[in-house]
Amino acid sequence: MSKLRQRGIEVYDWIERRLGLAKPIVEAAEHPIPASSASWWYVFGSAAMVLLGLQVVTGILLALVYTPSAGEAWNSLQFLNNHITLGWLLRAIHGWGSNFMIAIVLIHMVQVFLFGAYKFPRELTWMIGVMLLLLTLGMAFTGQVLRFDQDAYWGLGIGASVTSRVPLIGQQLVHALLGGPIIGGATLSRFFALHVFVIPGILLLSVGLHVLMVLRLGINEWPMPGRLVRKATYEREYHELIRKDGIPFTPDAAWKDALFAAAIMLAVLACAFFFGPFGPTGPPDPTIIQTSPKPDFAFLWIYAVLAFLPPDLETPFLLIAPVILIGALLLLPIVAGEGEKHWSRRPVAVLMVACIAVTLGVFTRLGTYTPWSPIMNAWTGDPVPVAYLRKRTPLERRGAVVLQNKQCRDCHSLGGSGGLRGPALDSIAARMTEDQIIRQVLQGGGNMPSYGNALNPAETTALVHFLLTLRGKDLPPAVDASQHLTNRVPRD
Amino acid sequence: MNTSSEENLQPTTPAPAAKSRRTFLFKLSLLVNAAVGALVGVPFLGYLLGPALEKGSRYNSWISLGALTQFPEGETRLVDYRNPVTTPWDGETGNVACWVRRISGRQFQVFAINCAHLGCPVRWFAQSKLFLCPCHGGAYYADGSRASGPPPRGLFEYKHKISGGQLMISAGQMPTLATEACLKKPLIQLDPAPKRPSCQS
Repeated sequence: MSKLRQRGIEVYDWIERRLGLAKPIVEAAEHPIPASSASWWYVFGSAAMVLLGLQVVTGILLALVYTPSAGEAWNSLQFLNNHITLGWLLRAIHGWGSNFMIAIVLIHMVQVFLFGAYKFPRELTWMIGVMLLLLTLGMAFTGQVLRFDQDAYWGLGIGASVTSRVPLIGQQLVHALLGGPIIGGATLSRFFALHVFVIPGILLLSVGLHVLMVLRLGINEWPMPGRLVRKATYEREYHELIRKDGIPFTPDAAWKDALFAAAIMLAVLACAFFFGPFGPTGPPDPTIIQTSPKPDFAFLWIYAVLAFLPPDLETPFLLIAPVILIGALLLLPIVAGEGEKHWSRRPVAVLMVACIAVTLGVFTRLGTYTPWSPIMNAWTGDPVPVAYLRKRTPLERRGAVVLQNKQCRDCHSLGGSGGLRGPALDSIAARMTEDQIIRQVLQGGGNMPSYGNALNPAETTALVHFLLTLRGKDLPPAVDASQHLTNRVPRD
Repeated sequence: MNTSSEENLQPTTPAPAAKSRRTFLFKLSLLVNAAVGALVGVPFLGYLLGPALEKGSRYNSWISLGALTQFPEGETRLVDYRNPVTTPWDGETGNVACWVRRISGRQFQVFAINCAHLGCPVRWFAQSKLFLCPCHGGAYYADGSRASGPPPRGLFEYKHKISGGQLMISAGQMPTLATEACLKKPLIQLDPAPKRPSCQS
């Protein structure tokens, strides 16, 4: 036994003498860190890296079957889902792994920001981290395209439309993006190359640099209120801290990283197993227009923002806002490279995180139910509540039919069902007078098209009479405040 | 041993003559490499940007949407066509849909399916005479002019003509704001459509 072991050591020595990698790896693993940094708050970076590994492995496995051809991609995904042993699970792990990776990268970023870890001398580590976030999002978007279904097709349409807004070279950019004049085979091939070769290559390289710099500069110490970062003294103070109460990363802190990574992998596996793979939704056939395209979860907030921009502001916003946003993220450590690290003494930082989180959360929530979109089948699917038709005149009931038939319900709800684009009509007559309703219906305005060309006088009369019965729970009808003045008979 | 060899690599000791010659050759080799690199890069860039360098209008050609009799007067219908520029592996993505509105007789309007906002497919509602977009709620009137919502302009229109009893359109590329598909002036809703033959050739 010991002879075998002796032999093993000899082989190891033979390789190590030539390769010389084991020593630096062991040294890196055992590099000293501040005892305070062996915390559960410091596990997100390594978890993101483990997830990246999972994505690489599952990605390669999926590439064994996936066919990056516009004509076949959708079929090969169905084949993966239904005919390849465990193909559905691999797709699910890759899809859920992607969602988890974005979430973990964001949490990692927030933690680094709140702990002031981006400050001197780790500015460049932060900047590369920002690039890693963008690359992760790039992987998510290109991955969504490779799931070549309706959402992917129209998502590309949105991408092309946004690109077309670039002044002067918009059309050229669109054709470069699509690889041709329309979304087709060349487009999918381009995004396949991006998703499988280009972005992962840059991503892995950047992760390597990112980790190398963490090792070189040392992990951020646990911030203490009042302990300020100064470029002149920080490195000396850090080395003093390491000397005084440094502990080896492995094993003293690494067990937390390992345990958390295991928990995250288990969570990905559980989500994949119980919730299954994402799509594909309908085939990428642009002649099928009965579709409500929607991006993946990570991009829902952008989709929502695009619904609220005024038309004149949209192009400048789309072209300028990302530059400012990314520029601000990149320049943050240059502007705020020194000073207080602890969150309790950085109220603006905490407030910023809170504001950004709430904003992203609200827009994402809106993106899940898209209140700005008409519900295309509400006019045939959602009935007028029976209570609204009881004890009504034939004219008023006829108006209810007009309301349904003219698709008003696609944008307006009655009794809680119907579109949310326009206001609910349940108590419309308590807010608007007859004249106002007629004007609004015929001329439109606000966000409403005019229906003057789509309604004949009889239909308009019936519709308005029906709308005048809608006064919620017996609210008083709206009155024109000037009515009694204009109708008043002058005295004497 | 190791440190001494590293020191030898430091460019502090070599003789000035040897240094200047080797340095010159090294710089020359860099220059040659840069030149060859640039040369190699030309086909790379040309290949990558090929689709962008193609003049946009070259993709377009006249194709038939079918006989005039297929389009009842006063109606707007969804029509599919195969894009004139396709590859066999484009599959169903090579098919394109468009809205054909026959105003009367030989007066037509042919609208792209793509919303002018972000390219989503708009749907025609004959009862309310509106095109509605499922993505962000853009709405257009029957003549393609903007009715409400985020679109910055009316629907994109194809150039069309009638030849041999067939309705022909000039198609080939995805219409976007950069292609400025047939928009001469801001559309005014009350303008009767026949007065704007901007897309009729």
